Amino acid sequence: MKYRIAVVAMLALGMQPAGAQDKPAATGKGAKPPAVMPVGPKDAATLEFEKFRSQMEQQGNPAELFEMKGEELWKAKRGPNNVALAASCDLGLGIGVVKGAYVQMPRYFADAGKVMDAERRIVWCMVEKQGFKFDDLAKKPFAKGSFTPEQTSLVTYVAAQSTNMKIAVPLKDPHVREVYEIGKEVVAYRAGPYDFSCNTCHGADGKRIRMQNLPNLSTPQGALTAVLGWPGYRMTGSVMLTHQWRMGDCFRQQRFPQPKYASDTVTALLTYMTANANGNMYKGLGIKR
Amino acid sequence: MNTTARFSLLAAALVTLVAAMPAAHAEGDYRAKALAMMKQDFVSKGQAGTDRIAEDGLQAICNRTGNKPPAGIAERLQADQLAGVKLPADGKLLGDWKSGEKIAQSGRGFTWSDAPGLPVGGNCYNCHQIAPKETSFGTVGPSLFRFGKLRGYTAEMQKYVYSKIYNAKSFNLCSEMPRFGHIGALTEMQIKDLVALLMDPESPVNK
Repeated sequence: MKYRIAVVAMLALGMQPAGAQDKPAATGKGAKPPAVMPVGPKDAATLEFEKFRSQMEQQGNPAELFEMKGEELWKAKRGPNNVALAASCDLGLGIGVVKGAYVQMPRYFADAGKVMDAERRIVWCMVEKQGFKFDDLAKKPFAKGSFTPEQTSLVTYVAAQSTNMKIAVPLKDPHVREVYEIGKEVVAYRAGPYDFSCNTCHGADGKRIRMQNLPNLSTPQGALTAVLGWPGYRMTGSVMLTHQWRMGDCFRQQRFPQPKYASDTVTALLTYMTANANGNMYKGLGIKR
Repeated sequence: MNTTARFSLLAAALVTLVAAMPAAHAEGDYRAKALAMMKQDFVSKGQAGTDRIAEDGLQAICNRTGNKPPAGIAERLQADQLAGVKLPADGKLLGDWKSGEKIAQSGRGFTWSDAPGLPVGGNCYNCHQIAPKETSFGTVGPSLFRFGKLRGYTAEMQKYVYSKIYNAKSFNLCSEMPRFGHIGALTEMQIKDLVALLMDPESPVNK
C-alpha cells in the first residue's frame, strides 16, 4: 500500500515524466527570471525526485514486487515442456545460477551461437527450454498499464541477484569484443530525418536535453549512469521496465523506426555501454521518474 | 547541373576518397557489420519507416569521417547545402516572436508516437538556452540568449539565422542540428517566427 501512497505523492509534487522534453515545460507563475543566466544543472523537481528516490530505495522499491513474481516464475515448472528455468536455463554461470549472472551479461552463449543480454537470454530459455513461442513473447514485450510481461519480472528477479556486485562483461571473449565494436558503430551512426545518432545526445560530457542530464556512453562514469537503475520501476505509468525497453525509447526519440525485440542491434548497444561500465558496482533495481 | 546532382557527385567522389584512406577511427569491417545488422533489426512503426535506417549522402560523409570531413571538401559541400536554402519570396525574414516562442518550446514531430504530418515543433529549447523566462533548456547547442542584441539586428544576420534553421549543415557540415527546412519539417512561416524570436529587438531574448 505504501507504494500507492508514494505514487500519489509523486503526482502531488508535480514531477515531470522523463519524456518531458516533448512538452512545453511549465514555468512558475509570477516567477521572475533570474538576473544571472544560466541556472544550475538541476532544477528543483529533479532534486526533489532524487531525495524521494533515495528514500524509496531504502524503504522498499516497488520493483521488489516484480522481483518476487520473477522468482516464482523462475522456479515454477512452466510452458508446453513443463520445465522450470531454474532447472534448465544457463545464464552463463551454470544451469539455474542467478547470483552474479546479470552483471556478467551480455556474454556469448555457445548453445545459441550468439552474444545475448539478460533479457534476450531469458527469452531464449523460455523458448528453447520451456517451449514458449518467440512471437507470442515478442507481441507485447514491455509493460504497459497494468500488464507486465513475464520476462520483465524474470529479468527483474535475475538483476536483483547481482545487487552490489561488480559489472564484468567478459570483453576478453572475442565474440563479445566483436559485438562491442559493432555496438560502438551503432552508437555513432547518424541517419533519419533529424540526422541523429546515439552520440548526438550521449557522446559528450555535461550535456542536457531540457533539464535531463545526458550520460556520455563512451566514458566509464557515463556508461555506468546509463546502466544503473535498470531494470527500473517507473513512476510515470507505474510500470516495471527493462534496459531493452529503454533502448527502444531512445530510438523513438532519435526518430528511428522500432528495433525488433531481443535483436542483435539492441544487444550490441547494451554490450557497448555495459562493458564501458565494467569494474563499477551495479546497485540493483532502480526507480525512474 | 542541379544542386542535388552536384551534391551526389561530390558525395560519391568523397566516399571513394574516404574509403581509400586508412581507417581513421574504427575498423570498416565493424561498420559494415553494424549497417547490415541494423538493416535487419528494425520494423516500421507509425510514421517511422525502415527507410530511415539508410543514410543519405551527407550523413554517409559525416558517419565515415567521424563527423570531421577534410576541410576543403566540407566547405564545398556546405556551399552546396547553402545553395539549396529557399529564402522567402517576399524577402521578409522576421515573423512573430510570440509564435516563434511556441514553436521553440515544442519538441513534437517525426517520432513513431507522434501523429504524422505538419506542423511539428522546432525542438529548440531541448538543446538551446533562448528566452530567459524558460529555465528548462538543454545544452547540446550553444546559448542563444541575447542573440540579436549581441550580433546586431542586421538584414545579413537575419538571413544567416533563417538559413541556419533551414539547413544547419550549410555552415557546419556535420552539425548536430537537424536540417529543419531542407527536410520539410518547419514551414517558411515557422522559420520566420523563429528568426523573430532571436532577432526581433522586442523579443524577450533580446531584453
